[in-house]
Amino acid sequence: MTLSRRVFLKGLGVSAGGLLIGGGGKVWAQAAAGSFDPNVFVHIGTDGVVTIVCHRSEMGQGVRSTLPALIADELGADLASVRVVQAIGDKKYGDQNTDGSSSVRRRFDELREAGAVGRVMLCTAAARRWQVDAKTCTTEGGFVVHSQSKRRIAFADIVRDAARVKPPAKVELKAPAQRRYIGSSTLPLLDGPDIATGKAIFGADVKLPGLLTAVILHPPVVGGTLASYDATPALAIRGVRQVVELPAPQPPYKFQPLGGLAVIADNTWAALRGRKALVATWNHGDNAAYDSTSYREQQTATIRGNCTVVRSRGRTADAMSGAASRLEAEYFMPHLSHAPMEPPAATAHVKDGKCEVWTCTQNPQESQAVIAAVTGLPPADITVNVTLLGGGFGRKSKPDYVGEAAFLSQKVGAPVRVQWTREDDIRHDYFHTTSVQRLEAGLDGEGKLVAWRHRTTFPPIASTFTEGATLGREGELAQGYADFPLDIANVQVENGPSKAHVRIGWLRSVNNIHSAFGINCFIDELAAARKVDPKTQLLEILGAPRNVTLEELGMEKIPNYGHPLEDYPLDVARMRKVIERVTAMAGWEARAQDPDRGYGLAFHKSFQCQTAVVVAVKKQPSGKLKVDEVWLAADAGLVVNHERAQSQMEGAVLFGMSIAMYSEVTFKGGIAEQSNFDGYRLTRMPDAPRAIHIDIAKNEERPGGVGEPGVPPVAPAIVNAVFALTGKRVREVPLSRAGLV
Amino acid sequence: MIQLTINGVAHELDVDPEMPLLWVLRDVLGLTGTKYGCGEALCGACTVHLDGHAVRACVTPVRRASAKAVTSIEGLSADGSHPLQKAWTEMGVPQCGFCQAGQLMTAAALLAKNPQPTPTDIDRSLAGNLCRCGAYNRIRAAIQKVAVETKQP
Repeated sequence: MTLSRRVFLKGLGVSAGGLLIGGGGKVWAQAAAGSFDPNVFVHIGTDGVVTIVCHRSEMGQGVRSTLPALIADELGADLASVRVVQAIGDKKYGDQNTDGSSSVRRRFDELREAGAVGRVMLCTAAARRWQVDAKTCTTEGGFVVHSQSKRRIAFADIVRDAARVKPPAKVELKAPAQRRYIGSSTLPLLDGPDIATGKAIFGADVKLPGLLTAVILHPPVVGGTLASYDATPALAIRGVRQVVELPAPQPPYKFQPLGGLAVIADNTWAALRGRKALVATWNHGDNAAYDSTSYREQQTATIRGNCTVVRSRGRTADAMSGAASRLEAEYFMPHLSHAPMEPPAATAHVKDGKCEVWTCTQNPQESQAVIAAVTGLPPADITVNVTLLGGGFGRKSKPDYVGEAAFLSQKVGAPVRVQWTREDDIRHDYFHTTSVQRLEAGLDGEGKLVAWRHRTTFPPIASTFTEGATLGREGELAQGYADFPLDIANVQVENGPSKAHVRIGWLRSVNNIHSAFGINCFIDELAAARKVDPKTQLLEILGAPRNVTLEELGMEKIPNYGHPLEDYPLDVARMRKVIERVTAMAGWEARAQDPDRGYGLAFHKSFQCQTAVVVAVKKQPSGKLKVDEVWLAADAGLVVNHERAQSQMEGAVLFGMSIAMYSEVTFKGGIAEQSNFDGYRLTRMPDAPRAIHIDIAKNEERPGGVGEPGVPPVAPAIVNAVFALTGKRVREVPLSRAGLV
Repeated sequence: MIQLTINGVAHELDVDPEMPLLWVLRDVLGLTGTKYGCGEALCGACTVHLDGHAVRACVTPVRRASAKAVTSIEGLSADGSHPLQKAWTEMGVPQCGFCQAGQLMTAAALLAKNPQPTPTDIDRSLAGNLCRCGAYNRIRAAIQKVAVETKQP
């Protein structure tokens, strides 16, 4: 294949010797200009050690095992002895924002090509030495092998020659049968041993001489400012060094630090006590009016009227008014907090006009940009080191806390670690939005579905970046609203305005959480109303196997998660297949023989992965409901690391269960009413289903995402299962509100 | 001065006796394997052993640990060879890994007292340890595996 345009690969010996292979067109120009700063992805040392750079952040998805596997596979390196180096934040690595379930699908070819170039160069060098045709050589386990003559040579012994070989203009990637790691179910968990022994380094674990700790009293209401404060009682506490005022951010808030007062101390305990002792009064500002109860009423009123049409096919208004019967329902989902187990933390050292940071970030380049903004330092003088992340879920793509650490270090002239408490994390998050949806279906005289209207309103992520934005951007609406296939003659999707009063952010699977909830719950209601099986209803709405066109969707274009529809089509055959697969696994057709449990089904495609879920719920002796068993079938195309993909899907089930059962953030007076895990509840071990069955398709389709797509179908499947068991139709979550769990 | 024995090593520390053991371990002694997750004994990420009992270090004033044997994740085994640690890596239990020190310490205390726990015993013992990644089923399976393997014939 021809090398993709983004890739420019170059092998050369450097002072350390060996073979360096990178990507990115800039390398050549910089090298020519004399400043050598390659975006090295792989280095083969003269000692034979293969070093692979992981440019994305590890947060449990296994990226530090998966991305190196792409390179090692093509290179023929022994993955177990590869040294993995975590990249600092630097544009030369391309997009490093570990977000959108995109690490594999965006870099699949480029990283494999880097490995393949190394293989070709090593083989060429060995072939010259052996006087054989390079095409008859291959690599495996860190050796170049010529099987005809049973000769092999270690990378260490041929890499000097290889570094002098002219890099190939194009490389051929391995056929599936030749792959050793890609598609494996047994890739090692790189950081597993360090995690199990407490040695793994997370955001708050970095040690520096003279390191001070900062705990920040943030404005309780977004946009609020300090009216007055008295730091004296805080400064009286042993270990507290100083109290520093942080500048108030200006809307739109983007990734700016929130402002407030930082207590700088010798240790975390002193900083926490100091913060408690601070006396501060605030001007809360306009957002103090934010009240979740009245806000929901407003949102409900909004979607009961006409909204902005974002998707339209046929003549929905006419079809709806001419329908023989109609069905309608409204659904609500509350704000959610990401609540990664590791609250945000960052250590910064600003010294001599340079800044070095160690932090748990999904987005080191954006961290660099935020630091530049708060310190005035040029990005080139800001080094962002990425530690392991104790969970991210989208929270750690937003580096406000990294900016705080850099600002404070600059201010106090010492290294500073900012430690967010759990209360900071839950109260001051970039919250998942809160949504109200209204779905309407029109049926003709024969009970056939002829019209579908779907209205949604939610304060959009757009508001965090554009002050006053009230409608979802194209990319937000494309998550389920614009792209869910509906084989119905008349379809209209509308978006109504909702003004944001808190920072809205993306949380694992983002708007697919609510779109999938509304659509799948309504399909279940339709099935009940029409007295057909929910699976039959779902398949009927998706329609026959085909690639859904923009025209059929009723859209002029869709972002499609950054891919052309030709590359990543809306392929209904694959969607139907996961539904067939999951229902077969769960014994869906025979579920009547299991009267103690209610079964619910849901399907959703997101991030180029189609996922179907069946949930069985059961009544406990206490009368409360429990998720007893879950089946999940996913087709994410070619999956590189099956073991981690499976663990992501297992985790997505528990994550979706938290959404369905327990989690909500509500506001009163603009202040979050939940602040720790007593109020903001998550699933715990006793909630975990007796069994979770995961089936991930094995195929050669283009790779899709696996980190997020498991989440959206879980909550609607649970709610549909509750209906199947109890006959009670629930149109909002969490179920704990209704006392059901 | 507070006298402490941590992972078999004696320490004498000049710290506020009310300082939670968590911050003594992390900030004073540099033992960062024990994690801060909530500060209110709601998540279990900070679980350590006090004379073999699982406690939440975030709400345990260091004075309470004085004259007792404290074990943190760094001391669960010298070399990662505790059967639970081995099962954790073999079965791919951790995702992000942040909660796992606490999960392991709670599980180790459970098995020390109750080497053959029922699934209900496991659920009850681990109910205080949150895992946002949702590794619960693998945690449960890993504990059961160790219990089966250590069963006396």
